[in-house]
Amino acid sequence: MHVPLDLLDDLDLFRRGFFGTVLLTAVSAALSLALGALVAACRVCPVPPVRLVGTVWTALLRNTPVTLLFLVAVFAAARIVGVGHFALAVGALGCHTSAFVGEALCRGVGSVPLGQAEAARSLGMTSWQALRLVVLPQVGRAAVAPIGGLLAALTRNSAIAGAFGVTELFAQQRRLSAIGHDVLGVFVWIAVAYLLLAFVISESFRLLERRLAVAG
Amino acid sequence: MSDSQVSPAPERAVPPPGEPLVVLDGVNKRFGALHVLRDIDLTVARGEVVAVIGPSGSGKSTLCRTINRLETIDSGAITVDGRPLPEEGRELARLRAEVGMVFQSFNLFAHKTVLENVTLGQIKVRRTPREKAERTARALLDRVGVGGQADKYPAQLSGGQQQRVAIARALAMEPKVMLFDEPTSALDPEMVNEVLEVMRQLARDGMTMIVVTHEMGFARSAAHRVVFMADGRIVEQAPPARFFGSPRSERAKDFLSKVLHH
Ligand SMILES: Nc1ncnc2c1ncn2[C@@H]1O[C@H](COP(=O)(O)OP(=O)(O)OP(=O)(O)O)[C@@H](O)[C@H]1O
Ligand SMILES: [Mg+2]
Repeated sequence: MHVPLDLLDDLDLFRRGFFGTVLLTAVSAALSLALGALVAACRVCPVPPVRLVGTVWTALLRNTPVTLLFLVAVFAAARIVGVGHFALAVGALGCHTSAFVGEALCRGVGSVPLGQAEAARSLGMTSWQALRLVVLPQVGRAAVAPIGGLLAALTRNSAIAGAFGVTELFAQQRRLSAIGHDVLGVFVWIAVAYLLLAFVISESFRLLERRLAVAG
Repeated sequence: MSDSQVSPAPERAVPPPGEPLVVLDGVNKRFGALHVLRDIDLTVARGEVVAVIGPSGSGKSTLCRTINRLETIDSGAITVDGRPLPEEGRELARLRAEVGMVFQSFNLFAHKTVLENVTLGQIKVRRTPREKAERTARALLDRVGVGGQADKYPAQLSGGQQQRVAIARALAMEPKVMLFDEPTSALDPEMVNEVLEVMRQLARDGMTMIVVTHEMGFARSAAHRVVFMADGRIVEQAPPARFFGSPRSERAKDFLSKVLHH
């Protein structure tokens, strides 16, 4: 097969796309983790209205295609002046993924037996200590693998942002093709780049999981 | 039927070995419509070992859990060493540290090693320096016979070993009283004795203990007093020899005939 090395001539375009994807993924991931933690906290909250907010958020975002979220975001952008496409993409990706992160964390909470917190409190720990020292570390341990998978998916979803004017890998494909590169070749390189990102993310989560799970 | 079955007068048991340490006075507890504890009066003296027995659902676990307020009560009063149980908060946390609890399902912290399980409370609650906490922990682990497992995780231990670690974890807080809620019910039969032996030793050392148990042999040989519960009431209480030899209430006779010859 013909190896499309000629892409190297326009490496800069490619690199800008690559770092665009990395940045977009990283910021959206941070947002999704923060929001996801909040959603999970809402969903396990004893106050019913708060719990409802968490449940509705999850149900709504889990069942909305990301593309639709982007459309909503861009439509909103027309009204809210000063919000750039990058911020909108981060918002759409972060909110979308937060529903799944919240779900993973809730499952994590569910996987920690009630007796763990009771044992902690019976030793004289305050509720906060029991949560921080005993429950949350185990929630984290249970949720780390699914969250790794979610962030890898987030990387792939970030490609949609390209269609909405954010400079990232997938958007650069069109530009590279437009200036005369072999379409198929460009795709191969872009696929390799996504593969690399997904690999790095899932590997680092696997490492993290192994470190947390020595407990067996 | 006879009156004794409806409401047998709770009798006063043996004079306790020392001054009152845990006192329940007219305690009532409901779970919704279910009246789980009915007018419970119980005084446990310092150094006394009380075995709580009774049919399933009679409220034994709930009784145990109210004493360190893992379960709140609806009316009545509970005092530990003369102090009423405080409301949820720092004060209550402090009191809980003085009341050791051992659960049926061990509840060792799954993400901590055996040693860390026994040091965590000392370090975080008692603010004991780590080195001192570890010395205490190792000594306790030796005492319950699992000194060699200090660096393992709970999941790597047998049930009997886990329960002995749980006992060490509770003892590390230097509690005034230890509560046991069916500590051997989740164990394979061959591991029951290693745990009961640790508890017997603890009793001999003078620890105040409230033990919910189905092990009649243990109740008979290690307890100073047997408290028999049914339907949320203390139906009968007596020294083990008297209770097992000549139970007075119909409920107790019925219960004993089921558990002793099955
Ligand atoms: N958190 C709860 N909510 C509602 N009902 C409860 C709760 N905990 C216990 N109960 C009920 O209260 C009653 C007494 O329960 P408890 O666990 O104290 O009984 P027990 O004597 O320990 O029984 P067992 O020998 O089966 O352990 C039971 O009918 C039980 O179903
Ligand atoms: Mg019980």
